[in-house]
Amino acid sequence: MIRALLLLRSLAPFLIALPVLWAVQRVAPADWTIVLVTMGVNVILAVSLNVVNGFAGQFSIGHAAFMAVGAYTAAEITLAFRDVQVAGLPLAASDAIVFAAALVAGMLLAAVAGLLVGVPSLRLRGDYLAIVTLGFGEIIRVLIENTRALGGATGLSGLPPYSTVVWTGLGVVATVVMARRLEASTQGRALLAIREDEVAAEAMGVDTVGWKVRAFVISAAFAGLAGGLLVHKILLCTPRMFTFVRSMEVVVMVVLGGMGSITGSIVAAAVLTFALEWLRGLDQYRMVIYSLLLVVLMLTRPTGIFGTRELWDYLPRWMGGRRVAGRTP
Amino acid sequence: MTEFLQHLVNGISLGTIYALIALGYTMVYGVLKLINFAHGDVYMVGAFAGYYVATALGVQREPTLGKAVLVFLGAMVATGLLGFLIERLAYRPLRARPRLTALITAIGVSFLLEYGFQLPSFRAQAANLEAALRGWGVVVPAWLSAALAHLPDTFPPGPTPRFFPEPFERVDWTVLGGVHVSNYDVVSLLVAVAFMVGLQLVVYRTRFGTAMRAVSFDARTAGLMGIPVNRIISGTFVLGSVLAGVAALLVAGSRPRIDPIMGLMPGLKAFVAAVFGGIGSVPGAMLGGLALGLGEEMVAGYTSSSFRDGIAFAMLVVVLLVRPEGLLGRVTVEKV
Repeated sequence: MIRALLLLRSLAPFLIALPVLWAVQRVAPADWTIVLVTMGVNVILAVSLNVVNGFAGQFSIGHAAFMAVGAYTAAEITLAFRDVQVAGLPLAASDAIVFAAALVAGMLLAAVAGLLVGVPSLRLRGDYLAIVTLGFGEIIRVLIENTRALGGATGLSGLPPYSTVVWTGLGVVATVVMARRLEASTQGRALLAIREDEVAAEAMGVDTVGWKVRAFVISAAFAGLAGGLLVHKILLCTPRMFTFVRSMEVVVMVVLGGMGSITGSIVAAAVLTFALEWLRGLDQYRMVIYSLLLVVLMLTRPTGIFGTRELWDYLPRWMGGRRVAGRTP
Repeated sequence: MTEFLQHLVNGISLGTIYALIALGYTMVYGVLKLINFAHGDVYMVGAFAGYYVATALGVQREPTLGKAVLVFLGAMVATGLLGFLIERLAYRPLRARPRLTALITAIGVSFLLEYGFQLPSFRAQAANLEAALRGWGVVVPAWLSAALAHLPDTFPPGPTPRFFPEPFERVDWTVLGGVHVSNYDVVSLLVAVAFMVGLQLVVYRTRFGTAMRAVSFDARTAGLMGIPVNRIISGTFVLGSVLAGVAALLVAGSRPRIDPIMGLMPGLKAFVAAVFGGIGSVPGAMLGGLALGLGEEMVAGYTSSSFRDGIAFAMLVVVLLVRPEGLLGRVTVEKV
């Protein structure tokens, strides 16, 4: 009985989100869905990067590479099973199974890539780690670009349009639930300890490298999920979608929202996505604006908008605000 | 054997360039413990500054030695100034903050330079803005649009590559039965070595160099001993940036294609060279640069050139795993 209740509790976010997402999908006009999916993908990316950059305090700037691994894996799978229908199931259900399997496979492979990159690089700290993740990110992209089976520089096209608001929304919920639960767990405490003081954490018996690698792997897996979702909306998967610029976008979102704040990442990702949609004509200024934003933010408010706090920490108490005493601002 | 010698020559000539850029990283790291991500972009700005000076002087039409020297001086002044400004505006206000803050700022500065240089020229931007305003029914006064028409129409250069004019005629020699060496290789090697020897003298034989090493050893104590720490750090940035500008011109001589993101790869690789040699160590940066240049040329020559860009990162990973302090670096003990 208790077990069933606990299961229901952990499923609750999904059960609540599902009808809402479904309603949004029905109501939203067609040209809005791409914005909504992009926004969802960006939220997944920002929240997952926040696990490494925010919780563990390790500065990784190669997130796009893991996104690429997930995207290519998922794309290859859906392309291979495009014309296959699972026996005894309606077409829609069969497609859903294929897509879900493709996304999970993408997450797994991205996690493996995260492990391969994380084990050597997470012995490093700060600036070294940043430059190594950047290097690995570029290496992964160059490898993809030179692999003929993955379409080389032109990439893969003709992907089935599986990504919808519902799929992306569920992905967002899964990512946020993961991040929340991770933060509140023993593992999360270990990561926060590493962020606050790595030497002290190690002295207290925290296996710093181990926890950092685990955080990195989790983060990479969810980046892979975001990649899989994105390419099945754009219906195209090219190496150019996963350059350094994409990684930087995510970094800007995390830094802007506040490293360590999940709601901060969500708000920043959503706002930036919409802002860019409005400023379509100013595409050439996009990176200039991002970089200026980074510099000005660091000079004026280095903690980002929310710092390590969450949105509800700012609400007044009668609205459910809980300003936790122990939280570092 | 001839092939090996050829790769050796190419490797040394590439290696000296990496060494020049790596010196900037290593010196700045020495005094600030900061990886100046924007260093590769300072190198890019050096190439463009040289390009603008060369175009203004008409080097294509009539190259002379005097003009070549002026181009060098122009690039050195521009990069030195840029280095000074970057340190003053972006890094100094953050010096007391956590290092991650400065790192993010450095990345921001790097992207600002790369993408700022990819914007269309100011005149074209102003024209676009005017057209947009007119579209919204805003009337731009005539004196303003006349003034806007005087904005530079070649700066920022935009994303299309430019070609650096040849400062002097290229002469190819064949020595030792088949090894090709051009006068560019020789000049570039001589200039690079001259600058490195000069740097060595500055660092180890002058008051400024002594102060720099003192700041690098312990900035707080150096300050207590009456060393003007801020001025020394500024000077270090200027020195490193000037070397990057020189490196850019030496490269532009033999590889004349320049564009706003040309600094990204050399910057990263030179950083690897600095880490390989031991970041913070001046001779280490030279050694690392040479090692990286030779390694790249040998691997590209004997296996496949598509592995060229991977070598640097492979080297970085191996060094960081086996000997994180680099070949000539000091082992630092973490204190609590």
